[in-house]
Amino acid sequence: MVQKLNTLQESPSQTAGPFVHIGTVPTYAGLEGVYATELGQSTVSDGAKGQIIEISGRIIDGAGGVMRDALFEVWQADSQGLYAGQDGADPNVTGWARVCADPEDGKWTLKTVKPGRVSMRDGRIQAPHIAIWIVARGINTGLQTRIYFNDEDNSADPVLGRIEHKHRVETLLAQKQAEGRYEFDIRLQGEGETVFFDM
Amino acid sequence: MTAALPKGGSAPLIPRDRTVHPVPFDPDYKTSVTRSPKYALLAMESTPTEETGPVFGHDLLGPLDSNLILNFTRGESPAVGERILVHGHVLDENARPVRNTLVEIWQANAGGRYRHIKDTYFAPLDPNFGGCGRTITDEEGRYQFLTIRPGAYPWPNRGNDWRPMHIHFSVFGSGFGQRLITQMYFEGDPLIRHCPIVATVKDRSHIDRLVAPLDFSHSKPHDFLAYKFDIVLRGRRQTFFENKPEGM
Ligand SMILES: [Fe+3]
Repeated sequence: MVQKLNTLQESPSQTAGPFVHIGTVPTYAGLEGVYATELGQSTVSDGAKGQIIEISGRIIDGAGGVMRDALFEVWQADSQGLYAGQDGADPNVTGWARVCADPEDGKWTLKTVKPGRVSMRDGRIQAPHIAIWIVARGINTGLQTRIYFNDEDNSADPVLGRIEHKHRVETLLAQKQAEGRYEFDIRLQGEGETVFFDM
Repeated sequence: MTAALPKGGSAPLIPRDRTVHPVPFDPDYKTSVTRSPKYALLAMESTPTEETGPVFGHDLLGPLDSNLILNFTRGESPAVGERILVHGHVLDENARPVRNTLVEIWQANAGGRYRHIKDTYFAPLDPNFGGCGRTITDEEGRYQFLTIRPGAYPWPNRGNDWRPMHIHFSVFGSGFGQRLITQMYFEGDPLIRHCPIVATVKDRSHIDRLVAPLDFSHSKPHDFLAYKFDIVLRGRRQTFFENKPEGM
């Protein structure tokens, strides 16, 4: 026998299931008016500093099917690379939102401010990115990934630098379509599978 | 919404112990077959992106948000079903309370039917029940919901699969990397051991941690029974000189 550690273990995850919207985005499920304020409607409010951009895409499963029931959350810094609440952060950037795939065609759109570069504890700098966390029926533990941008210099990013199969970095780059407009598809499995993190 | 950055810089999150979690790919839960990545997850230390997260103020909540018996009818008439209180603590792996954190739940009604455009089960909707609730933990990490016991329901998977009675929980913590969605099951439900979603967690002892015991100490005579459900989120790595409470 040894002494006991006074630590706990994380609760096991369980799938969010097909009806995750009831608890998180009730108006999507058809439940209007239960809450006065629905949380996570936008990462920004009027007056946010920086470039407002629009990213859209689809989430695709291993059989090539577009997922219409998926939901993800985003968390990002403001245009100066500061997270909400940090000293000097833009008061008009919450940085957090919930995004639902369209129930008909599975397309999602995120309107947000382009994030700045974020410093790490050791002084290294992360390229502009948006963290995302995807849940749905069939996903047993929420999947962490990131959106980077193909019109930024990502060469020194410490996270992308850890990706051993360099061709997979591409799966994390939103592709610029026009000024302020990007496309970003997420592939859960198989050819072109998005890089998912355990961070 | 305000900030979640711990004072004095962000502390790294304790790496996830994936052995407590479900396997991503499980043919007995058919939808997971095409929705589980084939490549290994890329593991690395958390960065400020995962160590910070949204914070929600108590002012965002309405007075009935945590009362699912009444919130759908704005207090007009109560939902049908067995009245229960679900309560517990949100803690981190260092056994510290997770204070002022958002907890959201959703569930089927007493007949096992969800109020969702995509639920087509023929059990009836309860005109007095919506099925969502939310609250924020107090200074000791406690939360509670008043609700009705959800019914079990069948679902298309193998020939005859049923979900045990359960409540879905979504919890935040102070860093985006702590995000967790899980489900609470009820003590004594015989369907727990037949459910392929429960069984995606391979170690029985970890499944047990999702089963809420009946708790007479919090039940109210002639009104409701209580179930206790504690939730543990990832903690932050501690050093000898950094003994700050979670999120501070
Ligand atoms: Fe369910």
